[in-house]
Amino acid sequence: MIPEFEKFKRFKAKNLPKEELLAPGHRACQGCGEVLALRMAMKALGKNVIVCMATGCMEIITTPYPQTAWEVPWIHIAFENPASVASGIESAMKVLRRKGKISKKHVDILAVGGDGATSDIGLGWISGAFERGHDFTYICLDNEAYMNTGVQRSSCTPYGAMTTTSPPGKKSIGQVTWKKNVPGIAVAHNIPYVATASPAYFLDLMNKVKKAALVKGPAYIHIYSPCPTGWGSAPERSIEFAKLVVETKVFPLYEVIEGRYTMSRKISKPKPVQEYLKGQRRFRHLDEEHIVYIQQRVNADYEKLVRLSEMT
Amino acid sequence: MAKRVGIEVSIALAEAVKLANVDVIPAYPITPQTHIVEHLSEVIANGEVDAEFVLVESEHGAMSCCCGSSAAGARTFTSSSAQGLLLMSEILFIPGPMRFPIVMAVVNRALSAPISIWNDHQDIMSQRDIGWIQTFADTGQEAFDLMLHAFRVAEDRRVSLPMIVNIDGFTLSHVVEAVELLSQEEVDQYLPPFKPRYRLDPKKPITMGPVGIPEIYSEAKVAHNEALKASKKVILQGWKEFADLFGRQYNPIETYRSEDAEILLVTMGSISETAMTAIDTMRDKGQKAGLIKIRLWRPFPGPEFRKAAGKAKILAVVDRCLAPGAICGPVGAELRSLFYKVPGAPKIFNFIAGLGGRDVTVERFEEMIDKATAFAKKRPKELYEVIGVREK
Repeated sequence: MIPEFEKFKRFKAKNLPKEELLAPGHRACQGCGEVLALRMAMKALGKNVIVCMATGCMEIITTPYPQTAWEVPWIHIAFENPASVASGIESAMKVLRRKGKISKKHVDILAVGGDGATSDIGLGWISGAFERGHDFTYICLDNEAYMNTGVQRSSCTPYGAMTTTSPPGKKSIGQVTWKKNVPGIAVAHNIPYVATASPAYFLDLMNKVKKAALVKGPAYIHIYSPCPTGWGSAPERSIEFAKLVVETKVFPLYEVIEGRYTMSRKISKPKPVQEYLKGQRRFRHLDEEHIVYIQQRVNADYEKLVRLSEMT
Repeated sequence: MAKRVGIEVSIALAEAVKLANVDVIPAYPITPQTHIVEHLSEVIANGEVDAEFVLVESEHGAMSCCCGSSAAGARTFTSSSAQGLLLMSEILFIPGPMRFPIVMAVVNRALSAPISIWNDHQDIMSQRDIGWIQTFADTGQEAFDLMLHAFRVAEDRRVSLPMIVNIDGFTLSHVVEAVELLSQEEVDQYLPPFKPRYRLDPKKPITMGPVGIPEIYSEAKVAHNEALKASKKVILQGWKEFADLFGRQYNPIETYRSEDAEILLVTMGSISETAMTAIDTMRDKGQKAGLIKIRLWRPFPGPEFRKAAGKAKILAVVDRCLAPGAICGPVGAELRSLFYKVPGAPKIFNFIAGLGGRDVTVERFEEMIDKATAFAKKRPKELYEVIGVREK
C-alpha cells in the first residue's frame, strides 16, 4: 500500500472544489470531452501545481495570446516533450529547494498530452521520464486521433475507425490496427501508479488524479475523451459515449498500484459494442463482420485485464 | 587564488561550469562532447557541486528538459555536438523567444553523411538562426573564461537569452593545455547568483509559451531579435569586467598583426592558432598579411568587424562548413553582405577548409593567401574554393 494514500480524502458529490483553475471562456468545441476531463483534473489537483502541456487542442484553445484560461502556472514548449519539460521543472525545484532558493513546500507537476503526443511522437520522452523516476503525473487525454490537425489516425485510434488518414474504401475498412495499450506500456516501467478514467465517471476520474499527485514518483492516467468534431457524434451525447465505452467494456476503468491491477468498475452485464459504435460517424461504414470481430477482441482484452486483477 | 594547471580543455570547461555553481544539467552522450558531461557527473557524484544531472534519453529530451529547468528558475547547462545538436534543433529555436538563459557548450563536429566524429563547423552553422548568443573559443583558457562569461551574460536581466560557447572537437576539446583556473571566490566575484525575472511558481501563476496568433507573432519575433541585438552591450561589459578582475581582455573581433595589413585571413575557432603562425611566416617573407578572428558570431558584430578590416584590400575568409549549392560558405556570405556597396570595401574570397577533421596546416593558410591575392587580380569563376581536396 502506498503510504501517501492514507491522508487521501475521497472526492464526493458533496465536497467538490468550487474553484475553476481552468477558467471558462476558452475556445473548445461544444461537447469536448478533453476540456471537461482537464477541468475535473484541475479541480482535483488544486492551485499548488505547475502544468506542462504538449502542443494540441488543449494548448491552442486555452492560450491564444494575450488571453489565457490558466489560473495556475502553465508552460508549453513543443509537441512531443511535456514529460521532458516536467522532468526539468521537477529537477530544478528539487535542487533549488536543497539550496534554499525556493520554498520547501511540495508542488505537484502535471504533464498533459493528447493521444498522438503520448502514444506516437512523445512515447520515448515519456519512457525516459518514467524510467528516471521523476515525481510527476502524466495525463493522456485520448480522443483517439490527431484532432488538432484535422482528424488523422494515431496509434490510439480504434480498429475500424474512419479518420482523414485511415479512410474506409474498397480496399480498407479504415484504421486497420488495434489501439495501442499505452497504460500497459506505463505499467511496464514499474511506476507506482497507473489508471484509466472517463469523464462520465467524474468522481472516479478526480480521485485517480488526486492519487496520482499524492504518489511519490511518476504516475500515468489515460483518460478517454470524446471528440464530437472528430468522431462525427452529437456534442450533447459526449458524456453518454463516455459512459457507454465503459459499459461495453471497450474502455475498461482500472488502477494499477505498484503493479497490482484493480478493476475500478466491474462490468457484469455488458452492453453490446454496437450500442457504443452507433451514433458515431467514424464507425458508420463497419459491417456486421467487423463488429463481430471488435466484440470478440473487446471481450478477450477485458478478460485479460480481469485475469491480471485476479492474479495480482 | 587562480592556479595555472595543465588540463584537458573539456575538463577545464566542465570545471568552469562547476565553479558557476550550476543547478541542473540535462545531457546525453555524444562524441566529442562526452568528457565534459563525464567530468560533471563525477564532480556531482563527489559532492563538489550540488546539482541535478538529468540522464535524458536523447538530445531532444535534453533541450526540452533544459527549457523546463530554466523556466523553473534553475541555472541550467548542457553540451552537445553534431547529430545531437541537430536532434535538439526543433527545441533550440524555443528558449530564445521564451527568454530562457540556458548555457550550452557545443563541441563542434562534422555532420553525417558520411558519418564523421571529427571537427568542423557544419553542426553549429546549420543552427545559425536559432536566436542564441554564440561565441567561439580558440584556446583552453578561452573555453574556460568564455563559459563563465556565458552564464553572466545569458542570465543578466537585460539579456535573458540562451548562449552557446563553441569549441572545436578534439583539436581543442581533447588537448591538454595550460589553463589558469579561477578560484571559487574569484568566480563568485564575477558571476552573481541567477535571479530570474519570471519563473514557474504557483504563488504567481503565469502562462509561458502561449499561441502566437498572426496579430502578435511578428511582434514576438521582432522583440526576440531586438533583445539579441541589444545583448551586445552586456556581452562587451561582461568582457570588460572580466579583464578588470582577471586581466584577460576579450573582444567580439580579435586581430593579429592586422594594422597595416593589405590582406587579412578571417577565421573562427581553434584554427586561428595555426593561422597566427602562418601570418608570422608570411610577414617574415615581407608580405603585409594579418588575421581577423571572429569571437562573437551572434549577434554579429558588424561595426567592429568593419573597423578591424581597416584598409585591407583583400579578405581571405575561412569557412569550416560547406553550404551545398550556395554562393559561398556561411561566414563568407555574412561578410559579403556586411561589405556590400560599402565604399572602399575589400575583395572577399572564401575558402572552405578543414572539413571532417582534415588538418589545416600553415602551408594551407599560405595557399589561401596566395590564391586570394591572385583572385584579386583575376576574378575566379566561383566565390569559394574548397582547400586541400584530393583530385584522385
